[in-house]
Amino acid sequence: MAYEIKLDIFEGPLDLLLYLIRKNEIDIYNIPIALITEQYLGYIDAMKSLNLDLAGEYLVLASTLIHIKSRMLLPSREEDGEEEEDPRDELVKQLIEYKTFKEAALRLNNLTLLDRDVFIRAATEEIYNEPFQEELTLEEIGIFELVAAFRRAIASAGYEEALEIDVERISLSERINEIVDILQERKRTTFSELIGDRTDRVRIIYTFLAILELMKLQVLRAYQTEPYGEIRLSAAE
Amino acid sequence: MENLKAIIEALLFAADAPLTAARIAEILGECDEGAVKSALLDIKSDYSGRHSGIAIVDVAGGIQMRTREDLAPWIRKLKAPKAAGLSQPALETLAVIAYRQPIMKSEIERIRGVDVSGVLKGLLEKSLIRIVGRKDVPGKPIIYGTNRHFLEVFGLRDLSDLPTLKEMDEEES
Repeated sequence: MAYEIKLDIFEGPLDLLLYLIRKNEIDIYNIPIALITEQYLGYIDAMKSLNLDLAGEYLVLASTLIHIKSRMLLPSREEDGEEEEDPRDELVKQLIEYKTFKEAALRLNNLTLLDRDVFIRAATEEIYNEPFQEELTLEEIGIFELVAAFRRAIASAGYEEALEIDVERISLSERINEIVDILQERKRTTFSELIGDRTDRVRIIYTFLAILELMKLQVLRAYQTEPYGEIRLSAAE
Repeated sequence: MENLKAIIEALLFAADAPLTAARIAEILGECDEGAVKSALLDIKSDYSGRHSGIAIVDVAGGIQMRTREDLAPWIRKLKAPKAAGLSQPALETLAVIAYRQPIMKSEIERIRGVDVSGVLKGLLEKSLIRIVGRKDVPGKPIIYGTNRHFLEVFGLRDLSDLPTLKEMDEEES
């Protein structure tokens, strides 16, 4: 059987399945599993033969389809009296949920979008856009340098806050968002700049944790020109 | 204040993000919010009355000066190289987050059936979503939500302004 393959148009296995359902004009609540499974596997084979990097998710759904198909073949035990659960139910639920959001995405896209349908006065050229001084060679640093910088910051913070009662309450997610906002605004900053001249430990710790989290998410990158030097942070590309 | 309208108009022009009536009143000092709001209404009708290319729009909880929607073709020519708009994966992910927030990454992936790490990163960078906090379950996964910039980009007053989520039984033909 020949399959017309449109590779880039699928957003994932569920999207492919929805496409097959639409193409065959099938009632989503009564999917002929054998037919759909066959066509679905046909697409997967075609993608494989084109040496496409097939995301694992496609294979997971393939196995789900085959599993459902095998369950459909088993005779139902009606003597139980209870309504037999349709093996397709779970998948149908998932498909409909996905379809709902796919349509929601379409409607979002039909709204009046800023910078596409309407425009605001162009922002003034960002003044912070200039790179760090050119002569600096930056090397990407790892966790340990970051930890060392953290300890220096803590050490210089001292114990002055011991008598403070009104400790500022901050949360990690707040701090993460603050840092994202700062990077959004000027693309680059430094560890000490983020701490500022604030010396309370809680803030330093949260700043540090936020940076680690953002590094993990690959939202920012950390650089250093020399051991124990200033840690520079920039938005990841 | 004699030139109240002029001042407000100038503020709207100079602002980088939507301004609230409260913020305008705060800047003006000796002016109460009610007066600001009625002046804003005046300005709005001035602009629409004389078929200005600029519209004064309620968005993201504030008021913003924007070009009129039907004039987009010309402005797109002006800004030609910068392709605007969002990719299909970004839109789908954003839709799931907007309607289901606060939501974990794993939940988004369950709904969309694909990995969304890259898309989430892009949305965070575009400042359309934010990290709301962490869910109190093992692993303390990060939970995501939309932010104010999202409302601004999609021209929404607030989240209740989102198009209603069409539920399951309404089948399209």
